[in-house]
Amino acid sequence: MNRYFHHELHDLRSMLILIAEKANEAGRLAVEGFLSSDLEKTQHAVKLDDEIDALEIAIDRASVRYITLRSPVSSDVRLIFVAIKASHDLERAGDEAHSIAKRTRNILTRDGSVQNKVEIEAMSKLAFGMMKDAINCFLEEDLDLAESIIEQDKEVDRLNKENFKNLSMALRDGGIDPATQIETILISKSIERIADHAKNLAEEVIYLLTGE
Amino acid sequence: MAQTSTPSDMTDENKPIIEIRNFDFAYGDAQALFDINMDIREKEVTSFIGPSGCGKSTFLRCFNRMNDLIDIANIKGGEIKISDINIYDKEVDVIELRKHVGMVFQKSNPFPKSIYDNIAYGLRIQGIKQKSVLDGVVEECLRGAALWDEVKDRLNESALGMSGGQQQRLCIARALAVKPKILLMDEPCSALDPIATAKVEELIHQLKKQYTIIIVTHSMQQAARVSDKTAFFYLGKLIEFGKTDDIFMNPTDPQTEAYISGRFG
Repeated sequence: MNRYFHHELHDLRSMLILIAEKANEAGRLAVEGFLSSDLEKTQHAVKLDDEIDALEIAIDRASVRYITLRSPVSSDVRLIFVAIKASHDLERAGDEAHSIAKRTRNILTRDGSVQNKVEIEAMSKLAFGMMKDAINCFLEEDLDLAESIIEQDKEVDRLNKENFKNLSMALRDGGIDPATQIETILISKSIERIADHAKNLAEEVIYLLTGE
Repeated sequence: MAQTSTPSDMTDENKPIIEIRNFDFAYGDAQALFDINMDIREKEVTSFIGPSGCGKSTFLRCFNRMNDLIDIANIKGGEIKISDINIYDKEVDVIELRKHVGMVFQKSNPFPKSIYDNIAYGLRIQGIKQKSVLDGVVEECLRGAALWDEVKDRLNESALGMSGGQQQRLCIARALAVKPKILLMDEPCSALDPIATAKVEELIHQLKKQYTIIIVTHSMQQAARVSDKTAFFYLGKLIEFGKTDDIFMNPTDPQTEAYISGRFG
């Protein structure tokens, strides 16, 4: 029997999907801003971060309210804990997007355009693909897809290490402003962190579906 | 008393249908309710919670003057107004009052009659005999109590053959037949299993579109699930009254916090 308050769980799921899409969009815009030296896109990413923060608070409140008033059990409880944990991961992913946008803005202000893009494009494609898969595995309750995301994270880590190596060498060789090199290393690290959050989301979906 | 719903902050809410002011009640020399002040608003569900003996059922029974049946019951002061009329005024017709304020009890108490006659009984004693009218009201009330689909093919069977949950919903349907404005429910689910309880709770949620409902319950989870407002009573005093969200998520009074979190006593 469906109870009159079960729609509140549906609303919670909808908010979780919305925050995930906004976090992914913020990251994508920030990285596109870096790759195409486009300030407008970075500004858009920064704006989205505020919406993501507000959604995280709304999800927390709705979750605490549901636990307090509706006496949930079993998969309903798991959904609520996943909502709290996942929204925190997504808020952190939004912060990383904000950081990428800010660092890109610094680089563009200093150098006019981005000179050394290293493997940011390949890395970001993987990371945002993982995030998209994480949303889909939650929506479609797809355990296999969730498990595949965990594997993909290793490739993002490898690319980040490669970026670090290449940028460290460029820093040693000179030519480009050292501040720009360091900010590019940190942008690479932010993308690697976004992939980590996507991996966490996948693990949370596995817990939601299996209880383990 | 911490009271988050006062006459001064009514603007965004339904108007009060019941206004209780400085209400004192005693059984003989033993005072059971002390200086209760409360507004109960139209088409809301209000839960009364508190440990046994706190006065919540006594208070509920004041709204349709059920306590008049107890010789030693004594209103010591204050008033209860329903739709602006002091229900303890001498001119008030108690039978008429109870038509407006229906009641459902802890244990379902269908008459030993057919399902149909249980609903039609109240109308017949009002002098309504026309079958087409009675048929219409019986169907309307059984639908209103979410019971029609389960019993429409056996309306002439005895109500005593129904399950406990169905009997309780029949009692709710019977209360609806005389078109009350207010429904009082005194622990309506305490004798029911979880599925029958869920059905009654669903029904309460549906009925609040048309009726003002006050429910006494020992289940805090039930109060949290079904009510818009919750009042916590202790030793005959109203300790805290406010929105259910506030009472259960962030109560003002430490006694409320202790009771709802099981740290009481």
